[in-house]
Amino acid sequence: MSQDDGTGGGLRAELERRGVSRREFMGFCSAMAALIGLPKGASAMIAAALETKAKPTLVWLEFQDCAGNTESFLRASKPSAAEVVLDLLSVDYHETIMAAAGFHAEAALEATVRDKKGQYVAVVEGSIPTGADGAYCTIGGKSALQIARDVCSNAAAVVAVGTCATFGGLPAAAPNPTGALGVADAVPNIKTLINLSACPVNAENLTATLVFFLTYGRWPATDRYNRPLFAYGKSIHDNCERRAHFDAGQYVEQWGDDGHRQGFCLYKVGCKGPVTFQNCPNIRWNEGTNWPIGCGHPCIGCAEPDFWDRMTPFYSHLTGVPGFGDAADIDKIGLWATAGVGAAFAAHGLVHLGKRAYHRKTEGDPQGTDFTPKPEPSGDDDTAAEPEKGAEQ
Amino acid sequence: MSHIVVDPVTRIEGHLRIEAEVDNGQVSNAWSSSTMFRGIEIILQGRDPRDAWAFTQRICGVCTTIHAIASIRAVENAIGAKPPPNARILRNLIIAAQCVQDHVIHFYHLHALDWVDVVSALEADPAATAGLAQQVSDWHNSSADYFTQVKERLGAFVQRGQLGPFANAYWGHPAYRLPPEANLMAVAHYLEALDWQRKFIKIHAILGGKNPHLQSFLVGGMATPVDPNSQAALNIHTIAALKELIAEGLDFVRRVYIPDLLAVASFYKDWAGFGAGVGNYLVYGEYPENEGPSPPLYIPSGVIRGRDLSKIEAFDPEKVTEYVKHSWYEYEGGDGQALHPSKGETKPKYTGPKPPFDRLDTSGKYSWLKSPRYDNLPMEVGPLARMLVAFASGHQRVKELVTSALAQLGVGPEVLFSTLGRVAARGIETQVLAEKMGEWVDELANNMGRGELRIHDSSRWDPKSWPKSATGAGFHEAPRGALGHWVHIEDGKIARYQCVVPSTWNAGPRDAGENPGPYESALLGTPIANPEQPLEILRTVHSFDPCMACGVHVVDVGGREVTCVKVL
Repeated sequence: MSQDDGTGGGLRAELERRGVSRREFMGFCSAMAALIGLPKGASAMIAAALETKAKPTLVWLEFQDCAGNTESFLRASKPSAAEVVLDLLSVDYHETIMAAAGFHAEAALEATVRDKKGQYVAVVEGSIPTGADGAYCTIGGKSALQIARDVCSNAAAVVAVGTCATFGGLPAAAPNPTGALGVADAVPNIKTLINLSACPVNAENLTATLVFFLTYGRWPATDRYNRPLFAYGKSIHDNCERRAHFDAGQYVEQWGDDGHRQGFCLYKVGCKGPVTFQNCPNIRWNEGTNWPIGCGHPCIGCAEPDFWDRMTPFYSHLTGVPGFGDAADIDKIGLWATAGVGAAFAAHGLVHLGKRAYHRKTEGDPQGTDFTPKPEPSGDDDTAAEPEKGAEQ
Repeated sequence: MSHIVVDPVTRIEGHLRIEAEVDNGQVSNAWSSSTMFRGIEIILQGRDPRDAWAFTQRICGVCTTIHAIASIRAVENAIGAKPPPNARILRNLIIAAQCVQDHVIHFYHLHALDWVDVVSALEADPAATAGLAQQVSDWHNSSADYFTQVKERLGAFVQRGQLGPFANAYWGHPAYRLPPEANLMAVAHYLEALDWQRKFIKIHAILGGKNPHLQSFLVGGMATPVDPNSQAALNIHTIAALKELIAEGLDFVRRVYIPDLLAVASFYKDWAGFGAGVGNYLVYGEYPENEGPSPPLYIPSGVIRGRDLSKIEAFDPEKVTEYVKHSWYEYEGGDGQALHPSKGETKPKYTGPKPPFDRLDTSGKYSWLKSPRYDNLPMEVGPLARMLVAFASGHQRVKELVTSALAQLGVGPEVLFSTLGRVAARGIETQVLAEKMGEWVDELANNMGRGELRIHDSSRWDPKSWPKSATGAGFHEAPRGALGHWVHIEDGKIARYQCVVPSTWNAGPRDAGENPGPYESALLGTPIANPEQPLEILRTVHSFDPCMACGVHVVDVGGREVTCVKVL
């Protein structure tokens, strides 16, 4: 392992100046290695990479957003938002945190696009409206669409955070009043796109993705929605702490009943865990404190495309889940539908759904009801066994 | 005269544009425009009312609980569901935690840089900074060594030449008035508050599964089971964890936030003379203390007109209306009228310039916000409104803290009607709520101990138990002020949904009578030292804590006549 403490320019040296011990730093690197599924010894590689590299530039764009992903980022702990902003990256534009305003703020963004063309990372939060000639979202008098095209097509990579930026999210829910799109659809020529869906993105998945890039200079392997396998490779159901109750046929029947108090399975009250792919059960939220199912509420499927239309009504249970007590055949999950989804599609129409990115990528699935992710790697191999896809996008 | 455009207004939630005219070094006219629209009420049409909270919650991820709370209250009001005591307590805790955490983030991360010159902190003497810190508080992080470390970290960051989010700001602006030591202390606490908020909000993770976008809300109660004899429910472990998080949170508020607030305010007392605004204040009230139809509220409701603290009027929800004359919407009966939210008929109608544009035509429509009015008057909502109503209503703890803060600054209550008053009221409210939260945890623990484990009214869960047609309203005090949701349900589905939101009250454009909204009023007379660097505009606008995503979503296509609006 190369140690570069003497150069004075690396992160390690800076951390030392602020009293972060070598042990603490290596602890952070180990946690990162574990989260992104790297083999033993990788933490040393991460440490070496973080210590020596100059800070890459990142700009964070907000469009039709609720700032929930920004808030989530503020909850990050490994590393913290302060460490990312001050030490790991140069965050040259982020409306919610930056000191500059108005013209001076926009000048910072323009300078990045001009002077660091092809070298910066763009994070996008919120969907991009295409209706009303772009008037549904303007910043500095420019439309979100224009800004997204200028900034994203000149970036080395784009990281879409949250389900609005990845798949259109809530603004794109039927009947999509503003013609909202996710980044993939709004800006077709992005070189490398990483999608971190969920509402909001789990901060630890965002920081792990950034650290993966800082460590290796490339992006993690992804599923067909461009989501990193280390975070979206398995269903909630497969890793759920309540799975034993599903297998045993023990269900919550009514809010606050004995089964609810004892942590039984939430399937009958609407849990979408079987058709939702994210690592919530493993890393949980807010530094591992809890997660929605842990506090007694069903999963609402927030990491999946069109979950506002396809997973609602939220409290209607999935139909056709095989085997109360049998392990589900994961490849057939895509055939399941939520009770009531048919009615919702009938009411809202399928037309607008045809525009979505996942449809383009899902040949042979004209109805748009296929939830199936890319088949998982066989056996217990972790994500490292998957071919790298991110860099090819 | 010069025309200033600040777009984007940064360090807020959402997209806000301010245009202002400056004459003789003062703002002589101002227009507030919100530049983003999503149409969430349209999206709600025809959906299950029990799902609505999750949709409306996503209006905002900063005040991530407020539209969920208002939504479940509106639907409960419509269908007659009655949440049991534990649900009320859990909601009070979630609401108060939101308010406390949000206010601290606002002070340090969104507002502080308007008052604190980060670059000046590099000239601070760490020993003198320690002296200042120890003079204002007994907080443990106050040694010269500690401030040396912070200064070196900041210095190393600046030396590296990549200023990131601190680039291009108004550093060195003559309106910055803190000595370098106060600036360094504030920078240290900016960083500490980043860690603090992350920890304090674990209260939400315990009670709501995650933050942002908690996921334990239910129409009729809460999804978080309560059982002292279970590992999968709120139990004695979680009670202990909540008490510890609240105690640590309160400690920071008392020993860091409030002392910082008073220290900074003491250098900017002239800002008690700017930013007064409309002088009318509206509060719906919050924190029900029992289950009755009109429960006592810990933070009282009321209306103040024309800064008259001697008379607190009762809030009447029938007097809430909205104009669209200067908003990018149209009314069927003409844009001159004002409509009650239950009778809204709004359709988006963008008439502004095609982007990219330099100027808005402010004589016509110029914002995605409507203009809410109460009894035809513009109203300020938020912490200042709440603290004024509570103060004038004789709320004991609020009176004590307001009186003590005024005494420490050596000023009278008249300074409250100002930019500075808004900043101070937010801090006082934070302490009042952080102190109160422990009592609600005790109440929850007592219920648990005597076997009161109910969390949900299941009698109204099944839509078959609802009337064919039902109408309801839900009221809430969000961190930024009074929030109301109105819902109409037909055959178990949402027929109409309308929200009237704090930032719509405060940031809305002129009404049909050309009366400006609170931001627009508050900016009049603001001194501008340098029109190229309108720092002073940011001070007053930020003092309201803008949350624009909340403000814009006002679309209702239901169009049904509704005559009966019930009040929670």
